[in-house]
Amino acid sequence: MTEKVLLVDDEKEFLDSLAERMKTRGMDVSTATSAIDALKKTEGESYDAIVLDLMMPGMDGLEVLKVLKKKRPEVQVILLTGHATVEKGIEAMKLGALDFLEKPADLATLTKKIKEAQAKKMILVDKRTEAKIKEIIQGKAW
Amino acid sequence: MASKLDIVGETGLQFYGKMSASLSHEIKNALSVIQEHAGLIEDFTVMAEQGAPINPQRVKALAGKIQGQIDRANGIIKGMNQLAHSSMDESAKSVELREVLTLLVALSHRLASVRGITLEAKPPATAVTIRTTPFFLQNLAWLCLDFAMDGAGDKKTVGLSAEKTRLGAKLRFTQLEGLADAPTERFPGEREKALLETLNAEVTIHIGSQEIVLTLPGDLDH
Repeated sequence: MTEKVLLVDDEKEFLDSLAERMKTRGMDVSTATSAIDALKKTEGESYDAIVLDLMMPGMDGLEVLKVLKKKRPEVQVILLTGHATVEKGIEAMKLGALDFLEKPADLATLTKKIKEAQAKKMILVDKRTEAKIKEIIQGKAW
Repeated sequence: MASKLDIVGETGLQFYGKMSASLSHEIKNALSVIQEHAGLIEDFTVMAEQGAPINPQRVKALAGKIQGQIDRANGIIKGMNQLAHSSMDESAKSVELREVLTLLVALSHRLASVRGITLEAKPPATAVTIRTTPFFLQNLAWLCLDFAMDGAGDKKTVGLSAEKTRLGAKLRFTQLEGLADAPTERFPGEREKALLETLNAEVTIHIGSQEIVLTLPGDLDH
């Protein structure tokens, strides 16, 4: 199944090449060069994984993660950073990030994490659908 | 109570650490871009081995982009190297303020960008030279810029310029549209005051003309 991915980074050259490589590997990839652009894109679309740069102008990756998780708890976010500190890693995981990878990240590792994200999201969506169906059934006086 | 020397030493270490962290982060960004471009070229060769034609223009463009990122990383390392050398100068020496401004912008570029701020260096046409301690000056100039960024306002731009005066020189941080709303009561703080005293310098805030001016003596030892 094709993985639908949103890449968010203010380094446009990085985004363009990474997106092209991921598309070659069969993924459906969109890109955003700012936090605002990323948040706009997630309003209309649902992604299996969002790969997010930790340090971006205006709004950093952790702030974006908070907003995304609040709006869509099932969203799976992989954070990328130029400098992975234990402190930031713990903060990211507490906020619900799937993982925290250090740049330059290996594409094989990133692809593996994206597949994990897709599987996790599917489970969460299935659970939510099941809960909704149960709610509807219990709410009806058959 | 910490002595002036302790404060200057601690402030210097913090400055050096902050700049090193920011610049090494930026080098990693450049390396990440290089890695993806190189990976893309590798993908092209794998596809070519499977019979798909290679587009020489695309490979050429990627090679050019890799060179661009190497130049970027080299520029960053050059700045780090200059800062490292200046930290070893204990006594006053001849310092050209256009070089100080250029280095300050190179060092602070990423930190400003994360705050959404553009730095506009407007160096003078001719050399402005004073005798001072380069590392302490660079540190003080950064602290002034850090505060100036708080006063950048909605325009989110800080102008940087230098000029010669009768007794020395001035560094100006201009276009600070939001300076009136910045916490001016906290500036200069303890760290800035210690460095100002060490450099025999003075800093003034001009709300009306929206600028911060750092006045430096022509010769620190006289």
